[in-house]
Amino acid sequence: MSTQRIEPGAVIDGYRLEERLHQGSMATLWRVSAVGRPTLVMKMPLLREGDDPTALVSFEVEQMIMPTLVGPHVPQFVASGDFSAQPYIVMEHIGGGSLRSRLEETPLEPEEVARLGAQIASALQALHLQHVIHLDLKPSNVMFRSTGEAVLIDFGFSRHDRLPDLLAEQFRLPMGTAPYISPEQLQRIRNDPRSDLFALGAVLYHLVTGERAFGFPTTVLGLRRRLYRDPVPPRARNPRCPASLQEIILHCLETDPQNRYQSAAQVLLALRNPGEVSLTARAGRLKQDGPLTVARRWLRTLGNPGEASQTTAGQIARSPVVVVALDLVASSDALRTDLRTASERVLGMHPGARLACLTVLRTSRLAQDVTIDEEGRNLRVLRLVELKDWARPLGLAEGRLTYHVLEGPDPASVLVDFVRENRVDHVVIGARGASQLRRYLGSVSAKVVAESPCTVTVVKVPQHGGEDTEERSDLEALPR
Amino acid sequence: MRLALLADLHANLEAVEACLAHARTQGAEQVAFLGDLVGYGADPGPVVDRVRAGVEAGGLAIKGNHDEAAVRGPPPSMRTDAARAVTWTQEHLGPEQLAFPLTVERGERLFVHASAVDPERWLYVLSSVDAGRSLRSVTAREVFSGHTHTPSLYHLAADGTMAGFRPVPGTPIKLSGLRRWLVIPGSVGQPRDGNPAACYAMLDEASDVVVFHRVPYDAEQAARKIRAAGLPGDLGARLELGS
Repeated sequence: MSTQRIEPGAVIDGYRLEERLHQGSMATLWRVSAVGRPTLVMKMPLLREGDDPTALVSFEVEQMIMPTLVGPHVPQFVASGDFSAQPYIVMEHIGGGSLRSRLEETPLEPEEVARLGAQIASALQALHLQHVIHLDLKPSNVMFRSTGEAVLIDFGFSRHDRLPDLLAEQFRLPMGTAPYISPEQLQRIRNDPRSDLFALGAVLYHLVTGERAFGFPTTVLGLRRRLYRDPVPPRARNPRCPASLQEIILHCLETDPQNRYQSAAQVLLALRNPGEVSLTARAGRLKQDGPLTVARRWLRTLGNPGEASQTTAGQIARSPVVVVALDLVASSDALRTDLRTASERVLGMHPGARLACLTVLRTSRLAQDVTIDEEGRNLRVLRLVELKDWARPLGLAEGRLTYHVLEGPDPASVLVDFVRENRVDHVVIGARGASQLRRYLGSVSAKVVAESPCTVTVVKVPQHGGEDTEERSDLEALPR
Repeated sequence: MRLALLADLHANLEAVEACLAHARTQGAEQVAFLGDLVGYGADPGPVVDRVRAGVEAGGLAIKGNHDEAAVRGPPPSMRTDAARAVTWTQEHLGPEQLAFPLTVERGERLFVHASAVDPERWLYVLSSVDAGRSLRSVTAREVFSGHTHTPSLYHLAADGTMAGFRPVPGTPIKLSGLRRWLVIPGSVGQPRDGNPAACYAMLDEASDVVVFHRVPYDAEQAARKIRAAGLPGDLGARLELGS
């Protein structure tokens, strides 16, 4: 190891140390500069005798994982230094502060909590899609870009699906941060992405109530209380917390990962569409469970924990958000039936899937009063009723279905925006039949196929004898 | 230097060619052949020619138990099919063609066909315990081996914790300088994990990043040649199953 002095002005592999930003228990963060580069951050592990041995292994883990991550929700990796000299990681400097600075203002407005939660859920989904579970999500590990995106930092306890888990092999104690760590992490399970959803629930709980859901236990026994003791419902601590937000938070905080949301994208969908969250007993709870229920749960914790035998990629693949887009004005009965069959097929393959039924109210670019039709009925309500009527034969449980009536002058763009913002995995949409109308309007499905960042199934009603006409019309609708 | 790691080729020319071609697309500059170049397959001559060419280009090759048997004759402990293939190979190759060293060291890296514990005993590395023994018997920080036909990655932490990992093909893995590593790329010429695709790995020596690969190849052709050469038919059939 090097004997180089770590002080302002020192230069390590071309990076000049400017200012110490943070001194943690496991690592030091420096603001560094390098010729021709914007401001960067250098992270160095603590290497003194007697330092926590997990600090070194955590640093190894971070050196393995960070170079594999891309996108706006992580600091961009720049370089790393080997342990043979001075170990370090150089990464992008994220300007804004961490979510921790907001804790002083708690309780925050519920709308703000939902907004922050959606940003974090979006970042988690991006991380999980890259095979990584964070496993130490907490306010100080969430930063925000000036453009609003949440940035997750500190991957020292993280687990990459496709890389050796150095921490699990070497340390027997659960790794995480007391107020936020999930029950299964306490049982040394480190391969369940739903652990991050539990931590997200604990963060949102803290933001909306100003208090920690499980306190700040310092003993293993204290930590294990969350295996059987449910938190005080958020609404009991902050009556301004809406029922839907309590539903979402307590849904994330379910002890058994099977009973939580199954992916970060599903949490995101709920946070962005609070009106569509189906309220269960969780939403109405105003006090903790009684001693009998707690005692029963406590007894259950004495058994062996179930092994989470999945991979992050597998868990996400099993729990997609599927959108079915319906044209309730122009589509034929046959097409609506076929759309239902196609949706059933997609859902049949994924028991953890959520289905969002969606339609777009076409508005003119100028008119303001489009939501009232000539009979004075509220079109939005009418469409919602029609969506529910369409979905009824699917026989899906309430929690697996949501309905959305969106508005905009260009249905394809509205749809694609929804798909992007909610990190939808699969779109089922009907092809508009051969018609004069389509010749002028262009194909919505073609645009959705071209611009959606996910799989799109385009459903066509089988044509009998008119196939040629259909094909030609299809081509004419596409931009040449 | 980007080094392709090919182990347990077993005279399977189709698999060797497929791996070498794949390695070129991955920027391989040199090749390390980790023993058992012959035995089982029908193309010992052409495969050894590829190995010789690789060594002349700056790469390296070591011998495995099948290569030794093809020089000295099969040991009594060898399974019947394997022994028949060895005898057949002896008739098709001169001993000088298989004169490769038992181990090669390159900087902090050691290349050895089986466990580094007494390499001539050809001990299998099938568990973390075996891997720990192999690593602790030498001073090299990283050991690259074959012999078990199963792609594996073992790591030894500073506190003595040893653990194994089943690598996922195509995923770059940084071999941290804070621990020691044992890399088994799996078998090129006779995969046995139920997947008939050939195994090999790429090592970037400068950055210490290793990537395991699986390469599908024409196993039917390799099997046909085995049958045509009069070698035991089972040796061909198992190639198509990867068993």
